[in-house]
Amino acid sequence: MPRIVVDVMPKPEILDPQGKAIAGALPRLGFTGFSGVRQGKRFELTVDGEVTEELLEQARTAAATLLSNPVIEDVTRVEVLPEGSAEGEQ
Amino acid sequence: MTLNSSAAPAEARKFNIDTVAHALETPDVELPWAALGLKENEFDRVVEILGRRPTAAELAMYSVMWSEHCSYKSSKVHLAQFGDKVTDAMKEHLLVGIGENAGVVDIGDGWAVTFKVESHNHPSFVEPYQGAATGVGGIVRDIISMGARPVAIMDPLRFGAIDHPDTPRLVHGIVSGIGGYGNSLGLPNIGGEVVFDSVYQGNPLVNALAVGVLRHEDIRLANASGVGNKVVLFGARTGGDGIGGASVLASESFDADKPSKRPAVQVGDPFAEKVLIECCLELFKASVVEGIQDLGAAGISCATSELASNGDGGMHVELTDVLLRDPSLTPGEILMSESQERMMAVVTPANAAAFEAIMDKWNVEYSWLGEVTDTGRLIIEWDGEKIVDVDPRTVAHDGPVYHRPFHRPTWLDALQQNTFDGDRPADGGTLRAAVLELMASPNMCSKDWITNQYDRFVQGNTALAMPDDAGVVRVDEESGLGVAISTDANGRYSYLNPYEGARLALAEAYRNVATTGAKPLAVTDCLNFGSPEDPEVMWQFAETVRGLADACQELGVPVTGGNVSLYNQTGGVPIHPTPVVGVLGVFDDVARRTPSGWRDDGQAIYLLGTTRDELDGSEWANLRGHLGGQPPVADLTAEKTLAAILINASRDGMIDAAHDLSEGGLAAALSEAALRFGVGARIGIDELCERDGIDPFTALFSESQGRAVVSVARSEEVRFNDMCTARNYPHLRIGVVDAENGALDVQGHFTLPLDELRTAHEATLPNHFA
Repeated sequence: MPRIVVDVMPKPEILDPQGKAIAGALPRLGFTGFSGVRQGKRFELTVDGEVTEELLEQARTAAATLLSNPVIEDVTRVEVLPEGSAEGEQ
Repeated sequence: MTLNSSAAPAEARKFNIDTVAHALETPDVELPWAALGLKENEFDRVVEILGRRPTAAELAMYSVMWSEHCSYKSSKVHLAQFGDKVTDAMKEHLLVGIGENAGVVDIGDGWAVTFKVESHNHPSFVEPYQGAATGVGGIVRDIISMGARPVAIMDPLRFGAIDHPDTPRLVHGIVSGIGGYGNSLGLPNIGGEVVFDSVYQGNPLVNALAVGVLRHEDIRLANASGVGNKVVLFGARTGGDGIGGASVLASESFDADKPSKRPAVQVGDPFAEKVLIECCLELFKASVVEGIQDLGAAGISCATSELASNGDGGMHVELTDVLLRDPSLTPGEILMSESQERMMAVVTPANAAAFEAIMDKWNVEYSWLGEVTDTGRLIIEWDGEKIVDVDPRTVAHDGPVYHRPFHRPTWLDALQQNTFDGDRPADGGTLRAAVLELMASPNMCSKDWITNQYDRFVQGNTALAMPDDAGVVRVDEESGLGVAISTDANGRYSYLNPYEGARLALAEAYRNVATTGAKPLAVTDCLNFGSPEDPEVMWQFAETVRGLADACQELGVPVTGGNVSLYNQTGGVPIHPTPVVGVLGVFDDVARRTPSGWRDDGQAIYLLGTTRDELDGSEWANLRGHLGGQPPVADLTAEKTLAAILINASRDGMIDAAHDLSEGGLAAALSEAALRFGVGARIGIDELCERDGIDPFTALFSESQGRAVVSVARSEEVRFNDMCTARNYPHLRIGVVDAENGALDVQGHFTLPLDELRTAHEATLPNHFA
């Protein structure tokens, strides 16, 4: 079944305590090649049947109002995964 | 240590820097002072002080430091009363008074406590979770900067109508934010208030109080003394968060290709703050810092100008040395940023290495920014070029002072004449229904759904917390020495009569502390009002300060610090004047604290004080949609006597439970005392009605002050009666604790099974929010 992927990231100016904690942990575990980490989140909305433009618009609205907090987060991607895409499969 | 962004080298930051030299060359450049919130006369004053136009960075500093929030420009002339009306006797326990980050009070045995309440109202409306969380973080840093270890927090909250569609967003966000930050810090949340009223719909009040503990010798004041001492910024990096106004600077001609929108909210990191607490305490203990200043509102602008003007008067800072999270920040934005979890310290060159060792131990980032000078100037450079050259006093202390016009509202007479004439239940059935309705109402219902989300007992020193009258924490594990704190305010009382409302707020907080058995010592306040430019609001403010200062003098407890929050209004309609008053009391041993609920079968229940027909502004009138008349009378002499009785009775072991009467009157006090431990009582109110000349409804619902219910063991009754008689305080035996009947039995009127009462009392918040 087709899926719509929504990616949400903390706004670049906003402190990201989780990303900061991970950035602190990386070198402790020997991963020394990274100078920064920011952690966002990804949603997968599964659709029964075809993804219409109307459904995609609904997903964009949901992303802007429910899935993200527009005060501190940006929606960076709302996209239909191609049928059979391995991305995100369990 | 690697972090998620690194400070870019100065040469990589390509801005058109507005230097002092450039300002001299270009006197006619248009500056966005109005968009930054400065009034024309204020901008003219800046130009007059400097003798030239300010640079962009100077404009940023003056605009934030001269804002209402930082300068108290409208409230200052009134707040002076808190100092003027303090007597020497009131200062007896005061180690540090008003004007520092927080006041410090001596509680004996070499121990001291510091406490303060502040507002975070506007940020919490915009972003409830982070707004409330960073409110907790900010007040905790005030406590740390005094050299104290934070031990508890409290949160007085006010929301709009419980059934308004926007209220759940705010309740969920604000409550989770307080819990999320406070619980992560490992600080118990020991009390506060939760009030619902439609006047707070577009402007919820999120006040946060913190208490810290220290030894007398550990008190530290924030100032930059000692020429040649070094200035260091440590903790979190500086980012673009919390700079509302500075976006204007960024977008107006100074650098047009930058992101023009900066978020006005900040995101907190409680784990970073926890490290900061431990790190600062070690810095103090090792005596490697001369002073520490927390960075809150106005960030580096505030810290540098305040430290410099409180010390030897000069400071030299290189701003490109600030560690940044976002390398695109302009100098003005860096100066204004309100990024959380940052501190500034002054360190002697000899201690610099020791300071760095402690920073490294706690894995805290720091950067040396400059040094203390005796030039009387605060000089800030950007890559060697002077961008700020000011007298720090003109930024931090000599801001504008306004004697705002005020006048008594014309509508007040009509309001005060409109006394309560709604229904007064008379028979047993309607009285019973009224008690159930009251105890299930938004303001009187159980707040467990909220307080259960806070950790109330972490650290193991909490002796009492919500729903008892005051929060109590132990300070000294050996002796049991401890403190009790309560915060109170009644916006409806203050709306009806702001002078009396302030006195009533203090009276209730004072009474709550005494009810637990502690001796009240000191006061902090958070004055939440509408716009000071509205003469009627300004009158409410002036009356409130006068009332609170008078009441403090009468009760002998000084104000040690606090906060003023103005412009709390929506669409031109101000909130009710809401002076949140926090009172701190001391216990020689918290083991003798008096809880609010009954426990032992057969103990006698006494009502202390006189009940009058005082229903105006009451919860009952509120439930009937009425707000008018005069609030109850605050008789502070009576409050003092009542407090003395409650404290002595606790000390001498005469009483086993005590609960003060306030909102909801006797009906609420009896219900709460029964529900606290699930132990009922048989109550008779007919003698009370006869003695005070009132009907049963008034006996149960009036909000007369100076009252409390206590339970007394049979063996102590004679002694207790004698003490009340000797002090000439009205006292009446109104019933007996009944551990068997499982009910609140108001004999001759109605019986309320505790199960039924509890269901009604506890269902309200979950029904709306769970």
